[in-house]
Amino acid sequence: MRKPIEIRLMQGNEACAQAALDAGVRFFAGYPITPSTEIAEWMARELPALGGKFIQMEDEIASISAVIGASLTGAKAMTATSGPGFSLMQENIGYACMIEIPCLIVNVQRGGPSTGRPTAPAQGDVMQSRWGTHGDHPAIVITPWSVDETYYLTVKAVNLAERFRTPVILLLDEVIAHLREDVRKPDPRKLKLLERPRPSRDRNRFRPFGGALDEVPPIADIGMGYRCNYTGLVHDEAGHPSNSPEVTDQLIRRLVGKVEARREEIVHWEETFMEDAQVVVLAYGCSARSAMRAVKTARTQGLRAGMIRPTTLWPFPDKAVEKAAAMGLPVLVPEMNLGQIVLEVERLAAGRVPVKRLSRVDGQLFTPDEILAALKEGF
Amino acid sequence: MPSDIIRYFREEMLPHIWCPGCGNGIVLRDIAVALERLNLPRDKVVIVSGIGCSSRAATYLDFDTVHTTHGRALPFATGIKMAKPDLHVFVIMGDGDASAIGGNHLIHACRRNIDLTAIVFNNSIYGMTGGQYSPLTAMGKKATTAPYGMFEPSFDICRVAEASGATFVGRSTTYHNQLLIRLIVEGAENKGFSLIEAVTHCPTSYGRRNKLPAPSDMVRWQKENAVLINKIRDGAAQLKEGQFTIGVLHRHEATEFTEAYMEVVRRARKQ
Repeated sequence: MRKPIEIRLMQGNEACAQAALDAGVRFFAGYPITPSTEIAEWMARELPALGGKFIQMEDEIASISAVIGASLTGAKAMTATSGPGFSLMQENIGYACMIEIPCLIVNVQRGGPSTGRPTAPAQGDVMQSRWGTHGDHPAIVITPWSVDETYYLTVKAVNLAERFRTPVILLLDEVIAHLREDVRKPDPRKLKLLERPRPSRDRNRFRPFGGALDEVPPIADIGMGYRCNYTGLVHDEAGHPSNSPEVTDQLIRRLVGKVEARREEIVHWEETFMEDAQVVVLAYGCSARSAMRAVKTARTQGLRAGMIRPTTLWPFPDKAVEKAAAMGLPVLVPEMNLGQIVLEVERLAAGRVPVKRLSRVDGQLFTPDEILAALKEGF
Repeated sequence: MPSDIIRYFREEMLPHIWCPGCGNGIVLRDIAVALERLNLPRDKVVIVSGIGCSSRAATYLDFDTVHTTHGRALPFATGIKMAKPDLHVFVIMGDGDASAIGGNHLIHACRRNIDLTAIVFNNSIYGMTGGQYSPLTAMGKKATTAPYGMFEPSFDICRVAEASGATFVGRSTTYHNQLLIRLIVEGAENKGFSLIEAVTHCPTSYGRRNKLPAPSDMVRWQKENAVLINKIRDGAAQLKEGQFTIGVLHRHEATEFTEAYMEVVRRARKQ
């Protein structure tokens, strides 16, 4: 466990921004949008003195484009937005997946669809963060439940983007983004930071899109002399556009495969009171805070509830649900949407155990009492 | 001196995908000749392009090349240039790419005066999708989506660029290709945002529908309708209906964006 050198009262958005800086992010492009704007403001203030670059672009499409452009030169780059802006970014998130360029996209979720409720919390972008861009593609999506965890998961997100040469999405909840809590800040110099794999081969043998189905090939920075071609078209190992069925199949399977094959490195969840649980709550983000209180209260009232809290939504922590289903535990899934992650839980439970959904879409947090009531009500 | 531009091409990518008679090859050649004249360090040149016929040009050039998404070449290039200001960034776009879907990005790249050299291949049509009208299709001209003639007024993209703050704006045609080369060279030498409109010809999707079916007809049309701006300025010629100016249409001095940002860095470090 890391040793904090400083305990700071920080807002979720601030913790995210500072963590990104500590993780080596030196380029930020964004467009103002509630409830994510504080991240841009922090970056505008801090990046220049660090030798980094901040730019407020003309819209979110331009923002993600500039981020990918900067990352192509080797810079660790990020943007932050919320629902409407996240929707605008989708095409180029797919482009980043396709050309395998690392970047961090923070989506501070707010009520939707459309303009929705800009200052109200919601967890309605879970499926969009997985499938928002068209076509089969890899997705790494992470979600914290506290300001402290926002710091550490932001560092993890930047690392995963580099490690896997792919965009990583940090899904924040509006209430976590605007909450002020203690952050046990580590010594940034002692953080384990990862860099994208870079080539050591000579230019003629360099294959920036090559390798086996589970491989993350090395990537050269623009300006290093490798003279690569990046294209959103299906491309061969060298980066040349291709219409070959074999090349297409290999590329799409490898893009997804490089992430799927290394789930263990990515997927994380926390289990609480699972040893003797009779029933389990699976919750994430801000909903997990209310759920944890409900679980603890249930235990004082004789109901042995357990909890599974994924911090990785995609790839989904299949094993956590597999285990609960194997143990015969009914699963309650409270989410601030009409049922998104619960679909994964149902898929994995496959009828072996009851799965119950609990939804809120009124812009209000779950209260521990209503989760407790749902637990007691039975399945 | 014989030109040796083939070294700037990815020969394994040739032949190109363009139709017989297309003007894009001329513009691509002119870019390569301009690059040869500029003699920039090979590994510090980046070519960024959008989507469309013209944007396929990037893939043929043997530099770091980024074939991006439709309309977004300029913000990608902005990120590249800002992250590494020592790179020489060229941006290839089509008329629909630059003026319709990417119109807002164009305005803001001009406004920032970021040191990019944008070359807009203007063939007056969406060629790759088979001939739909663009914001640069002239009134009355036919397109698959304007079967009764273009009914929207068109942009003069050079005037848009000038009004938005570009510090170098020029236009030439595939007929006036020596001028086009000079404009690309001067645009690249300008420390700021440069826009060069290259009027090119698309016999397949535009000419056929607009009584100019042969490539030679289209090139002749360019020859007859392009008027050197200096001749207008000197009073030696007057612009007739349907004619357009070519040459250096505008230039002015202004602070370049990445240099302005260095001033931000200095201020931030003082505090």
